[in-house]
Amino acid sequence: MKTFVYIDHFKGDVQPASWEALGLAKSFGTAVALVFGAGVDAVAKAAVEYGADEVLVADDSSLTDYRAETYASTLSALASSLNPNLILFPTTARTREMAAMAAVDLNTGVLTDVSALEANGDSFVATRPIYEGKVLEKTVCSGKPVMATIRGRAFPKPNREEGKSGTITKVVAAGEAKSTVEGYSASESAVNLGDASIIVSGGRGVSNNPSLTPPAGMDEKGAEVWRAQQGFALVTDLAQLLGGAVGASRAAVDGGYITYAHQVGQTGKVVAPDLYIACGISGAIQHLVGMRNAKVIVAINKDADAPIFKQARYGVVGDLFQILPALTEAMKKKLGK
Amino acid sequence: MKIIACIKQVPDSEAKVRAEGGQVSWGDAPLVINPFDEYAVEGALQQKEAAGGTVTALCVGPESAKEALKHALAMGADEAVLVSDAALNDLDTVGAAKVLAAAIQKIGGADMVVFGRQTLDNGAGLTPAQTARVLGWPMLGLAGQIKVEGGSVNVERVLEEGRQSMKANLPAVLSVVQSIGEPRYPSFMGIRKASKATIPIWSLSDLGATAPAPIVTRTELMNPPVQEKEVEMVSGETPAEIAEKLADKIIAEKVL
Repeated sequence: MKTFVYIDHFKGDVQPASWEALGLAKSFGTAVALVFGAGVDAVAKAAVEYGADEVLVADDSSLTDYRAETYASTLSALASSLNPNLILFPTTARTREMAAMAAVDLNTGVLTDVSALEANGDSFVATRPIYEGKVLEKTVCSGKPVMATIRGRAFPKPNREEGKSGTITKVVAAGEAKSTVEGYSASESAVNLGDASIIVSGGRGVSNNPSLTPPAGMDEKGAEVWRAQQGFALVTDLAQLLGGAVGASRAAVDGGYITYAHQVGQTGKVVAPDLYIACGISGAIQHLVGMRNAKVIVAINKDADAPIFKQARYGVVGDLFQILPALTEAMKKKLGK
Repeated sequence: MKIIACIKQVPDSEAKVRAEGGQVSWGDAPLVINPFDEYAVEGALQQKEAAGGTVTALCVGPESAKEALKHALAMGADEAVLVSDAALNDLDTVGAAKVLAAAIQKIGGADMVVFGRQTLDNGAGLTPAQTARVLGWPMLGLAGQIKVEGGSVNVERVLEEGRQSMKANLPAVLSVVQSIGEPRYPSFMGIRKASKATIPIWSLSDLGATAPAPIVTRTELMNPPVQEKEVEMVSGETPAEIAEKLADKIIAEKVL
C-alpha cells in the first residue's frame, strides 16, 4: 500500500495536521511525503523526521506562491506516474482546492474533513460530517487513487526524530498558473482555530459591560465595539495564559467586534479542541455545531437559560467581566505562571 | 458583464437534521437557498451594479429547487435556470461540476461564475474549484472583495493566514465568503417579479450530456454520539471563589 501525503505549508509554516496525515499513512504502509514550493528544504527535512519513507520535492519558482492550478497539476502528474493507492491531505483552504482539481484530472473523488479512515481491502471507508456535523456519513471512493483531507486533531501526531536522514527526491513542477498573487496583508494576524487544543471564545455578551465608559465623542455603535474590544481583551488574556486561540460567535463577528477568521460555527470554523471556554455566547445551533465536539466545554453566561449550558461540562451563571479576570488570576496562581 | 451565480437548495439551518432509517431527515423544516449561496448572489449583484450586465442564477436539483432560484430572482437576479433530471439523484461533486460546466456553456458562457464557499448539506466545498477545472478557467476562492478592471478581476481572499490579493483574467470562477457583505433582503417588487417568472428546466439531454457516474458514494449514515455528561454548575459567593472552584475542575480534567 503506497500513500502520498501532501505536506501543506504557508511560506514554510507547516499545517500540523500534515504530520497527522503522515502518521495515518504509515499505519497503512509506505508513506511518500510531497512538498511543493520554492526553497522548501526545511519542510522536506521535517517530513523525513516525522517518518516519511520518501519525500518528493517540487522546488520551483513557479510554485513560490500557492496557486490551485499549478499545485493540482504537479500533484496529478506525480499521481499518474507513481500510482499511489491513497492521497492524504490536512484539510485547509489550499488543499480543498488543489485536491478538488486533481480529482477532476485523475477522474477520482475527494473525501473531505475525514475523522476516521479504515482500509477495506484495496479501498477505504471514510467517516465525515454532513449537515454541519448534525449527521455523520461513511463514504467510499471508487476512483483511484482515493483522495482524502483529514480533520485536524482527529489522528495522532507521530513523534519527530530530529536529525533523521532519509531519501529526498527532486521532482518537476507541472501546469500553468492562471492567476497572480499580488500580495498579502498583514492587517489580520494568523488564527489557526483548527489546530488549537484550547479555545476561549467570546460572543455578543462581551460588549455588555455597562460599567465601562467609552471615550468621549463615540457614537452608539462605536461605543458598543469599543466595549466589546475591552471584553475580548479579557478573553485574550485567558487564551494567552492557557496557550490557546481566541474564538468568536457569529454575533460577535457580525457586530464588528473581531475579524471573521476567529469565527467558530456553521459559517466559520468547525473545531474540536480539548478545552473550549464560551464567554457571553448564548449557544445558537449554528455555533453549537461548530464546537460541540470539544472534549471539555465551559460556559460562562449571565442567562441561566442560555442553550450553551446544555452542551457544557461546567457552567457558571454570572458576569463574564467579573468571572473571566478572576479565572485568569486563579489559573495563573495554580499553574505557577 | 455576464455573471452566473450557482446556488443549491438545502434544509433550513435551524432544522433538526437526523439519520433515520438510512435516510437524512429534516422533519418539516423548509428547504431554502443554501445560506452561503446567498452571499454568492449578493456578490454577483454587486458586480452587476458596479459594471452593468446581467446575473443568471443556476441550480442543479429537483423541481422543488425552483423556490431557491426564486429567492435569487427576488434578490435581483435577472434570470434563473434549473437543471433537473432523475438521472442526477446520486451526483457527487465532480459530477455536479461537469453538469454545471455544461449548463454554463449552454447559457452561452459567462465573464464570471460565482459560488458560495460550500453547501450546508454535503459541506465538502469542492464544487467551485472542480467547475473551474472542468471549464479550464482560473479559480479565485474564498473572495471577501471583488474588483473587476478591464478584462481582469482582482479579489481579496480571506485565508487562515490573513488576506491575500489575487488577480486573474476573465472569465473566472470565484467563491465568496461572508466579508462580501450581508445578502440583501428580497424587495417587495423583487418578490412579485420572482413569483411571475418562468424558470426553464433543462434535462441532461437538453445539455447534450449523460449522467456522470458517481465515484464517491455513501455507505452508511449515523447520528453523532449523544453527549452523556450533565452540566455541572459552579457557583460561589464571590467571583474569586467561583473562579477558584472552576480552575480546579478544569485542571482536574487534564486538558491543559
